[in-house]
Amino acid sequence: MGRFHRHDDNDHGHDHGHGHGHDHGHGHDHGEVPGGRFGDVIGDHSGYETGTERVTVLERIFGENERTAEANRADFDAAGVTVVNLMSSPGAGKTTLLRETLRRLHDRHRIGIIEGDIATSLDADRLEGFGAAIALVNTDDGFGGECHLDAPMVRSALPRLPLSELDLIIIENVGNLVCPAEFVVGEHARAMVFSITEGEEKPLKYPVMFRTADLVLVNKIDLLPHLDFDLGAFYANLRAVNPKAATLEVSARTGQGLDAWCSWLTTVTARSPGAA
Amino acid sequence: MHELSICRSIAGIVSRHAAGRPVRVVHVRIGHLRQVVPDTLAYCWSLVVEDTPLAGAELRVESVPARIRCEDCGRTETLEAPVLRCGGCDGTRVSILAGEEFLITSLELAEA
Repeated sequence: MGRFHRHDDNDHGHDHGHGHGHDHGHGHDHGEVPGGRFGDVIGDHSGYETGTERVTVLERIFGENERTAEANRADFDAAGVTVVNLMSSPGAGKTTLLRETLRRLHDRHRIGIIEGDIATSLDADRLEGFGAAIALVNTDDGFGGECHLDAPMVRSALPRLPLSELDLIIIENVGNLVCPAEFVVGEHARAMVFSITEGEEKPLKYPVMFRTADLVLVNKIDLLPHLDFDLGAFYANLRAVNPKAATLEVSARTGQGLDAWCSWLTTVTARSPGAA
Repeated sequence: MHELSICRSIAGIVSRHAAGRPVRVVHVRIGHLRQVVPDTLAYCWSLVVEDTPLAGAELRVESVPARIRCEDCGRTETLEAPVLRCGGCDGTRVSILAGEEFLITSLELAEA
């Protein structure tokens, strides 16, 4: 990836200069640059050929987020706390699952929650009462109503959590099957909650999310007799995009599978670097 | 709608490299395995740069098809769908050769 690359020679049939990205022609600058347009081929833009300097950048678009995620990770490891990024679409049951998780684990682990929500504290309010330290990040509060938590947002929540007193932090990401998957936040593991009410084709439609999950919780499994959901087809689709993910069938409502989920959390907590 | 934050990131990086010089074209390289909608990206770019020194700069996307190599049979192939399974032996032990790119490759600056 360290090589200067000029794709537009092939696409557009003209040349911007060689190798170093400099072309120092002068005085032939007629072209108006179309504003903000997308396209692999946009007609004649011979105006670029002259009066244009090409500057190689080769910088990852998420570089800043990744650097902040590394800083978060370093803080987590220094404090000996394990962090799980919990993601799902809206309504898949993350908050109910978390509430039941806290109910089962609050005697065993000291748990913190980072609660991402676009505008309200409703989810955070539902998690009160189990002794967990909860930091709410409203993503419309200075972050432009984002549909995900990114590393700087998570970082902003850290001063509000007693990191060194915690064993485990669960980040409840904003409900969304697309955006959260693209943003690492410094987590040690990624779990996603998939509800069988969502349909078996979802892994193929949202491959980035399903591909990055270490664990997929197949939630609302108690509804299986009432739905046309094809569990076998779902697993086949999941395997197609992510052959490695662990899976657990759970129902946050009935409690089915929650002990296995809590065991997974306990195992992840025990094996993370820096964990006591 | 993470295209908006993607465009903010792009604008930040571009501004730093341009150092005040007028930017005509921003070249980005985005792999097919990234869930980025090109039209949405273009729209968000126009919103993000409006009324900034980058207004009028064109965002040009080089789209990189996803390619995988099967660890079992060695076959390499270009993917039509994000299905990480070998088309030859049906194996799922595959490595991704291309398609996860997500970077700004270069800028075209107007000479002042």
